[in-house]
Amino acid sequence: MTVAVLRFGGSNCDRDALAALEHLGVDAEIVWHEDGLPEGTEGIVVPGGFSYGDYLRAGAMAARSPVMAEVRAAADEGVPVLGVCNGAQIGAESGLVPGAFTTNRSARFQCEHVHLRVENADTPFTRAFGEGEVISLPIAHGEGRFEITDDALAALEADDRVLFRYCDADGTVTDAANPNGSKGNVAGVLGERGTVAVLMPHPERATLPDVAGPNGAGTDGTGVLAAFSQ
Amino acid sequence: MTAYTATVTVRLKHGVLDPEAETTQQALERLGFELEDLRSADRFEIDLEAADADAAAERAEEMAERLLANPTIHDYEVEVAAAAT
Repeated sequence: MTVAVLRFGGSNCDRDALAALEHLGVDAEIVWHEDGLPEGTEGIVVPGGFSYGDYLRAGAMAARSPVMAEVRAAADEGVPVLGVCNGAQIGAESGLVPGAFTTNRSARFQCEHVHLRVENADTPFTRAFGEGEVISLPIAHGEGRFEITDDALAALEADDRVLFRYCDADGTVTDAANPNGSKGNVAGVLGERGTVAVLMPHPERATLPDVAGPNGAGTDGTGVLAAFSQ
Repeated sequence: MTAYTATVTVRLKHGVLDPEAETTQQALERLGFELEDLRSADRFEIDLEAADADAAAERAEEMAERLLANPTIHDYEVEVAAAAT
């Protein structure tokens, strides 16, 4: 599988994503957005960063770039797409998933490890886990608060499209374990197809053994990125 | 064609948390000001040429729909005036 890791002006997790994918034996390459998706792209990662300086709203500019139309078309054909952090913001702004990621409840940039409960283990991004399993990934964002109308959230839940929720170490979804005020503690959601997912936490920062360490990020991100190593 | 200035005001929908506005309010209160509430909004002033004011407003509304506002969290309003000469 050849995975395209998109790079916009201001992307800064593109090389991390590439390193993590290569560690898993995935054939991946960084693709400058103006060059468009390469022929035969079989997976797409929209990485984190601060594309276009977060002007207007995080992800707003990149979401309207021509390459995102190509990404939406590929997603419609079943190509797996993963948006991480700024990539999640871009994914929401471009309509790959419903809702929006906006200013954290704290109004601060937050960089910390969080616990996530796997809400749906029947997706390429969570197949490595069990439903209800608690995993740990790092977050690093200022605009990660998931906002959506109550009706739209209920529809997402009814369709089993909530992928992860912020939780405590025991897997209980609490307000205290919600780092950014996301509605329903939602940390990641699926697109209309289960092959499209966006999440604010960073699986690519919790994949390489070199950074896993006893006090590090662990390697739970491996299970998420395994979507691309089939 | 006439020169107009379309003013697009984008604000959070009622009920959507605005942490930056809350922080700003707290800072004003620390400075000793008394206030009940504070809301923030983004304002875009767009100079454009259009056949009439309705056409100018229509184009500005499309700009708001497609980029300036995010319908999930924002409401917006458009006002059009003849451009200052």
